[in-house]
Amino acid sequence: MLYREAGQFKTSYAADQQLFPIRQDRIGLIVLLAIAFLGVPLLASEYWFSAILIPFLIFALAALGLNILTGYAGQLSLGSAAFMAVGAYAAYNFQLRVEGIPILVSFICAGLTAAGVGILFGLPSLRIKGFYLAVATLAAQFFIVWCLTKFPWLSNNSSSGVISTQKLMLFGHELNTPVEKYLLVLSIVVFMALGAKNMVRSTTGRAWMAVRDMDVAASVIGIRLMPTKLLAFAVSSFYCGVAGALYAFCYLGSVEPDGFSLEMSFKILFMIIIGGVGSIMGSFLGAAFILLLPIFLDIALPFFAGLFGLPFSSATVSHIQILVFGALIMFFLIVEPHGLARLWQIAKEKLRLWPFPH
Amino acid sequence: MNFFFEVLIGGLLSGVMYALVALGFVLIYKASGVFNFAQGAMVYLAALSVVGVMEWGAPLWLAVILAFTIMTLFGIATEKFVLRKLVNQPPIALFMATIGLAFFIEGLAPMVFGSEPRALELGIVDEPIPWILDNWNMVISKFDLVAAGVASLLVATLALFFQYTRIGRALRAVADDHQAALSIGIPLQNIWAIVWGVAGFVALVAGMMWGARNGVQFALTFTALKALPVLILGGFTSVPGAIVGGLIIGASEKLAEIYIPPVMQDLFGGNFGGIEGWFPYVLALLFLLVRPEGLFGERHIDRV
Repeated sequence: MLYREAGQFKTSYAADQQLFPIRQDRIGLIVLLAIAFLGVPLLASEYWFSAILIPFLIFALAALGLNILTGYAGQLSLGSAAFMAVGAYAAYNFQLRVEGIPILVSFICAGLTAAGVGILFGLPSLRIKGFYLAVATLAAQFFIVWCLTKFPWLSNNSSSGVISTQKLMLFGHELNTPVEKYLLVLSIVVFMALGAKNMVRSTTGRAWMAVRDMDVAASVIGIRLMPTKLLAFAVSSFYCGVAGALYAFCYLGSVEPDGFSLEMSFKILFMIIIGGVGSIMGSFLGAAFILLLPIFLDIALPFFAGLFGLPFSSATVSHIQILVFGALIMFFLIVEPHGLARLWQIAKEKLRLWPFPH
Repeated sequence: MNFFFEVLIGGLLSGVMYALVALGFVLIYKASGVFNFAQGAMVYLAALSVVGVMEWGAPLWLAVILAFTIMTLFGIATEKFVLRKLVNQPPIALFMATIGLAFFIEGLAPMVFGSEPRALELGIVDEPIPWILDNWNMVISKFDLVAAGVASLLVATLALFFQYTRIGRALRAVADDHQAALSIGIPLQNIWAIVWGVAGFVALVAGMMWGARNGVQFALTFTALKALPVLILGGFTSVPGAIVGGLIIGASEKLAEIYIPPVMQDLFGGNFGGIEGWFPYVLALLFLLVRPEGLFGERHIDRV
């Protein structure tokens, strides 16, 4: 009854092609953004900002980047954390070496640097695909982290490559409270998510999907594979790079190359599997799920242990976390290969008919 | 020059160890088209169960048999509860499921058998062979030689098994074409269970070798990462490819580790050790640009 598009007539092409064609979706989005921009800063505590909300947004952005590459263009990548590392270190170096560069410009430059590196490591995708490509992206993962550790210039000669980020100056005002950082991250993420949403329904996005579904067929109907695939790598790495810059500047403040490990790449991959491969919204759902699950298990497991009188050490808890992660991945792939986003879609279908399904 | 050969031989011998792990990948990929990322975790599980059972007081031979039983049961369970439900999904989905499986094992195994690093005693000492040390002044580990011997034996056994037994022939048929194999009455699911059992056996051998060498610890799961470049170099579908790829990767990685960092140090200054981590990948990647299907892989023909 509430969620029904009956009576919403489109009288122009512009209205028909808009991003959210259903009025309730638009209202829902506006309400959500209002809550995120106004409600959350008023209500949430400092812990929430710095431990949950900021990492959630940053990882959602990284997952979005990977989703563009894997979910839309069909090129599996196991190196997303490395591209985040490129973004983080590039932003740091731009701030360090370019006099008076605004922080947002250095974030964009960081994204572009990551995009360049992404194109470089995307080149093999022209010759190889599938698993071979997945393994090839592992080369990016190991090589980039190694470079960042070993070339002292990149981390301004700090020991073992640790960098401490510069102050966040925005229009002459220093952002140092978690709320301000949260708002900055939120604005960037919302902007880039809307950009992605638009991009995947453009010619480029459709070309990506054609390549994903079958690249030989795509090239037969006139999609040029090389620019399409490389663009997917570039855009994906751009998103990951910006996410990495935000990760360093707004979340941790001090990062080391080894922090951007293979484990983190897998985490981002899990986010898109659980959230939904090939879905913008899925990236957010997946990021929330993967970040909240450990917190939930941390709280729930000792509780259950107390309930049954089992002694759980912290090592056991971390093992159970890994185990549950693995089991969930398999469970989702078997039961709902399209992830949480698909569940959301099903809920919407149901909601259209509710409360009179017949 | 002696030093060069010492490094080369050491590299070749450690390459054999990589090949041991890569073999498990190839077996499963050949028979079921699944790229089993969990092979490294299976190596860890196998080594852990040997050590764990021995800790409960069992002798080595009994522990090995029990570990083999565990691996086989585990393989069959994987096939039954995970992979069978994913039939007809794209290969990438299966691949991601095996990543999930790897995490599952990495969480489960230490919970059952304990996570602290332990030594595995096989009765082979890891020390240089005195005869070679005296005559050629080269340090070649006795253990590495034994490992190479075991690997060759394993490969020979597998080759014979594939070539001359009924099951082996069925396995090759399934690897060639699932549907054709089904249509002539080969029970696909039994075959897959057997393949996972065999892969578990290979993981057990690899796990005992690696475990005896480096201790049974979580780092064993990273053996999978060592085996991946071997696979892309050798081709996913070829047993000889895994061996040759392993040798190439092992030798070149050790040589690179010795000879490249000094050159880079002269150029840029600083310390450039640890090339081993990525060198095999870059090597395999460059190789792929020339031959996308690997050394011995089957040429892939796309049909629309």
